[in-house]
Amino acid sequence: MLVSHADDNDSTRRDFIYYATAGAGVVTVGAAVWPLVNQMNPSADVQALSSIFVDVGGLEPGGQLTVNFLGKPVFIRRRTEEEIADGRAVALDELSIDRQSRNPNKPGTDALDANRTMDDEGEWLVMTGVCTHLGCVPLGNGAGDFGGWFCPCHGSHYDTAGRIRRGPAPENMHIPVATFVDDTTIQLG
Amino acid sequence: MSGIPHDHYEPKSNAEKYIHRRLPIVGLIYDTIMLPTPKNLNWMWIWGIVLMLCLVLQIVTGIVLAMHYTPHVDHAFASVEHIMRNVNGGHMLRYLHQNGSMLFFFAVYLHMFRSMYYGSYKAPREITWIIGMLIYLAMMATAFMGYVLPWGQMSFWGATVITGLFGAVPGIGDMLQTWLLGGPAVDNAALNRFFSLHYLLPFVILGLSIVHIWAFHTTGNNNPTGVEVRRTSKEEAEKDTLPFWPYFVIKDLFALVVILAIFWALVGFMPNFLGHTDNYIEANPLVTPPEIVPEWYFLPFYAILRAFTSDVWIVIAVNWLSFGIIDATFFGVLAMFGSIFVWALLPWVDTSSVRSGRYRPMFKWWFWLFIINFVVLTWAGAMPAEGIYTTISLIGTTYWFAYFLVILPLLGVLEKPLPQPATIEEDFKASLKSKSDNDPKGPNAEPIPAE
Repeated sequence: MLVSHADDNDSTRRDFIYYATAGAGVVTVGAAVWPLVNQMNPSADVQALSSIFVDVGGLEPGGQLTVNFLGKPVFIRRRTEEEIADGRAVALDELSIDRQSRNPNKPGTDALDANRTMDDEGEWLVMTGVCTHLGCVPLGNGAGDFGGWFCPCHGSHYDTAGRIRRGPAPENMHIPVATFVDDTTIQLG
Repeated sequence: MSGIPHDHYEPKSNAEKYIHRRLPIVGLIYDTIMLPTPKNLNWMWIWGIVLMLCLVLQIVTGIVLAMHYTPHVDHAFASVEHIMRNVNGGHMLRYLHQNGSMLFFFAVYLHMFRSMYYGSYKAPREITWIIGMLIYLAMMATAFMGYVLPWGQMSFWGATVITGLFGAVPGIGDMLQTWLLGGPAVDNAALNRFFSLHYLLPFVILGLSIVHIWAFHTTGNNNPTGVEVRRTSKEEAEKDTLPFWPYFVIKDLFALVVILAIFWALVGFMPNFLGHTDNYIEANPLVTPPEIVPEWYFLPFYAILRAFTSDVWIVIAVNWLSFGIIDATFFGVLAMFGSIFVWALLPWVDTSSVRSGRYRPMFKWWFWLFIINFVVLTWAGAMPAEGIYTTISLIGTTYWFAYFLVILPLLGVLEKPLPQPATIEEDFKASLKSKSDNDPKGPNAEPIPAE
């Protein structure tokens, strides 16, 4: 029945039909499955990359805004003199977990305090307020052992520049694409 | 159905014969419920029925709850409150569904521990065990997605943490997480698909349960001695077994009455005792609750997930060996999924030829230590992830993996098992005798002519 003989032309034709059918079946299944998988990807309205403008004119040193950007909180902090000094005092080799700035505005730089902030004075720190461990929102205003942020979920400590210093999180808090469009307005995205 | 020899269905009347020739469904039901069952089964063999009841309870209450629930971020929380306050009897239905999931997990853990102690997973019941583990995985997925639906703070942040596990996969993690959520964060798309899958998966579990029952009806039940039912003749098999109906049905119904009495007390008087109060606060993407705790039945695995921080030597070593691809987060994720995977491998890591733990003097101690460790991990998972608690979790996790990968393989070689009874009948008579010796009015070891 399924035994084929090399000198049997019918079987050769049957083999061909067998492979053609199997091949067509694989292609059909693939074509049917892909839309079912792809429908789970972000829809057009979610994908439409928005960019938002945030007025930071009312922010005093030591103040912090939390804005919702692409479904995630973004921390905009105007740091105090003390926080700037604390952040700048940290040498690169003290950062045992992550030494990259994670800053797309200054790509490929190391995690020195100056590479994390928006301005050269280091007053403005803008970052996605999402713990790099499993996505919780860290608590701010000097929380944790390094005077910056502390993630209550699994105990990650971040310093005043949002760099991971201790705990399970593998990376510094990420920084979104952000620019000052004028003295008091930040554009995210 | 193959297996233990027993009487099969014989259609008698013409109507029965008519149906049997065309669709032998009565015969199938007869053979299923008349299954010869080892007569020495103890009270740990009731959890399967409890689990079937739980599945039916969850499907029935779930279907009616879905008639009143709205899977949309703006309405989900309010629609659950609507069920609680406005829908006739809605609060009871929801509390039954919520606590029903907990009874489900309570029963499944006891069912699994039973199989671990009496070696029910060993040849020829490996496939029953594997299907059981698949059911357990499907249960976890269903429970997790169901917990997201009320759209409270724990729902939202639980979903964020658990989908974050997939985001920790090196390379494709972000893509995978975005695909699962349908967006950059947990939002309406995620809620909608979780509702759809939460409705689907219980029916997958139902299908797997039927296959699970089919498998152990083919091999026959295990029993506390681990000795197989004699199959050489129907007469011998009948000395070791009793039909499932009516003997074990009545026993199981009695157990159900006791368990349901306790369950109803929980549902009626303290329905929120095992839940988390934070889930009565509507989800807020900008505020994380002070601590994120999963439901109690996930806590051991949550403890394992959190045990590995970047200062643990094995994490540092693996990170270095993998050129930084496996970081602390991914290591925790691997450990968590790995802990369930090694559990599923049980039939192949246990090298002992003796099935029942009753005749394994060394195994017993390690088994009970596993149970204690399970409870300790549950407790550690509920505690904050700092200080002594991560150390306890780390020790517990080490024991978990050692139990499956070191202790069980070695015990088969090192242990000297105790003598086992030759037949189930022998064990049954011995246990009846010891009962009747202590109690003059107790059951008689001599067979009583029945029916």
